[in-house]
Amino acid sequence: MKAEARQKIKEWLLSLPSLFWLCLFFVLPTLFVFAIAFRPSNPYGGISAGWTLDNLRHLADPSYLVVAWRTFWISVLTTVICIFLAVPAGYYLARVSSRWRNFFLMLIIIPFWTNFLIRVFAWKSLLHPEGLVKRLLVFLGLAGPQTSLLYNPGAVVLVSVYTFLPFTILPLYAAAEKFDFDLLDAARDLGARPFQAFWKIFLPGIRSGLITAVLFVLIPSLGSYVIPDIVGGTTSEMIGNKIAQRVFADRNLPQASILSVVLILLVLAPLVAVLVLQRRRGKPEAIL
Amino acid sequence: MPVSSKTISPENPRIRFEYRRLRRALSPFYLFYSFALKKAALFFIIKNLGEDRNELNEFLEFQGISKQFGTIQAVENVSLQIKKGEFFSLLGPSGCGKTTMLRLAAGLENPDAGRILLDGEDITDLPANKRKVNTIFQSYALFPHMTVWDNIAFGLHIAKKPKNEVESEVEKMLRLIRMTDQAQKKPGLLSGGQKQRVAIARALINKPQVLLLDEPLAALDLKLRQRMQIELDMIHDQVGITFLYVTHDQGEAMSLSDRIAVMDSGRIEQVGTPAEIYEAPRTSFVAAFIGDTNFLEGEITDLVDNEYCRLKIAGISGIISFNDKSIRPGNPVFLSIRPEKIHITRDRPEESTLRNIFPAVVEDVIYLGSTTKYWARAEGHRIQILRQHSRFFLDEKPIRWNDQVWIWWHGDDSFMLERYREVDEGLIAVPPQKVGEPDGNNERNNETA
Repeated sequence: MKAEARQKIKEWLLSLPSLFWLCLFFVLPTLFVFAIAFRPSNPYGGISAGWTLDNLRHLADPSYLVVAWRTFWISVLTTVICIFLAVPAGYYLARVSSRWRNFFLMLIIIPFWTNFLIRVFAWKSLLHPEGLVKRLLVFLGLAGPQTSLLYNPGAVVLVSVYTFLPFTILPLYAAAEKFDFDLLDAARDLGARPFQAFWKIFLPGIRSGLITAVLFVLIPSLGSYVIPDIVGGTTSEMIGNKIAQRVFADRNLPQASILSVVLILLVLAPLVAVLVLQRRRGKPEAIL
Repeated sequence: MPVSSKTISPENPRIRFEYRRLRRALSPFYLFYSFALKKAALFFIIKNLGEDRNELNEFLEFQGISKQFGTIQAVENVSLQIKKGEFFSLLGPSGCGKTTMLRLAAGLENPDAGRILLDGEDITDLPANKRKVNTIFQSYALFPHMTVWDNIAFGLHIAKKPKNEVESEVEKMLRLIRMTDQAQKKPGLLSGGQKQRVAIARALINKPQVLLLDEPLAALDLKLRQRMQIELDMIHDQVGITFLYVTHDQGEAMSLSDRIAVMDSGRIEQVGTPAEIYEAPRTSFVAAFIGDTNFLEGEITDLVDNEYCRLKIAGISGIISFNDKSIRPGNPVFLSIRPEKIHITRDRPEESTLRNIFPAVVEDVIYLGSTTKYWARAEGHRIQILRQHSRFFLDEKPIRWNDQVWIWWHGDDSFMLERYREVDEGLIAVPPQKVGEPDGNNERNNETA
């Protein structure tokens, strides 16, 4: 087994720089955050010495439950809407001729060339009470002059969907491209109606793409801070906002840290669930 | 006898073919009793055809089907009648439209023009999932996320059949394809032959009226292909369903089919039994695509009684041939003679009025073990001869390059083509000309090389 062992050592050595980088700039800071969560806070905005469980008790505050629930349902809704829109898009992109396909892919990717913050601000001005969209809706009679499109959870969901949609379309398109469309012909040949073929054959066929797409939306959305901050207003605070508030406004690092710990665990949960499911199926497939 | 006049006219190539066969068998008596025997022969043929009731039982019918993809005309005005229970093959090179015909029958494509009838019913506008036909795809298209059991049961699940019926049918199918112990495997773990059997079971379980097979053996290696051919034949015999089989492999088509339709560039060149297609091809394409042949262009000089005629071919006169197309003198004609019908000997053969004998020089030899292909030049023409070695090869002094030989064939064994195209000669694989040989065939053969 000498050759095998040597191969293993070589692999480890090659990974060493990346592992080092990950440890120094990722694992260590995360451990720091975990540590700070259990330290008392200093009234002057720092961290005192000693250990305490005060921050943990502070979590029991009922307002946190509201924020957590809001974070959860906004993220899940965003994910559902994104998947709903992206699956037909991926299907269509995989079947259309390559000239059209490149055109549409360009359309999807071009927004990435613009700064993310600027795009969110653009939405803010679009949804402004005197903005274009509002005036159009009032003109069509779909909205009263008093309805506000901005500063509510709906706006957060809308802008989140806008932001994360490309991240769902691309993995779904990648999976659909690898899908053998002959299978749909075979299903039709055997008596399946088009929708039955789509549900029973196509969706299971792009399972890996679906999982990737869901993770690409759900996890960033859970931790989103910028979007609820700019277009959400005070009624749509998410965990990210609360953490930012604790750090910048309240200067209470330990409380911010405990919230971060909660968020990290919330985000890890779906990932772990997927890993466990994969392992149980016996396939050590990469998720991404 | 309830046989329509359409089928018993002398123009029907099938009648001619049967007639020739019978006539040959009776030849010793022929000269004396020719008239009476001809009538008797015709009587027996008609009787046989009348007994063969399926002759007029069109089960799957294409009427004037055309289909275009963009600028490419895949199928052009094709009409075909497939009988119930027969094993019918569509044979042709890649791009001839045979797969398109299959997809049209399955309902996966819609024709631009024409109708498709199944058992008398017009199914042209019926969607694929409602037609009582099932397809076996070239890539098998087994659902990878389902087990073998679920794959086979798919059609019945869609049709919402009761659970116990589904179970018993699937078990029956698994026994038919001999895979009862592999029912819980996923297709990814199966071999090519196993995948194909599952595809067949998945299609047959729905009891379709026609089974469509799209080059199902193309992806298998030779030995497995031979085994699967036998299995397909067995299944066809056992189940009795009409098979429509698409292939570019002539050996497969010839050995499996009851009838073959040869297609080229979206059109049907000829329809017939394998023997008809091989021994009596109507066009140069069919003659060259199936097996090998020699083409000779000439003109009919005169007729010899009602059966034979003499031709003049590029400077050689007096070539005798059976006049199966009843062509008048003075008309140009393309003669085609298959290599195995030509004899090659060192000694001058016996003269006979019905034999065409020529001296020749051997130019190329390809030894194939049980047979040898020779290319010999006779009177300026390059002729291919196939010879079977029925004795130990080295006991007879083998014929080598540059040997002076005699080649001859019987006038009965050549056939005339209704249509000849020079481009079809390219279908026959020929060794290239030797450099410096002055010959009109030069450019053509160099193109094949």
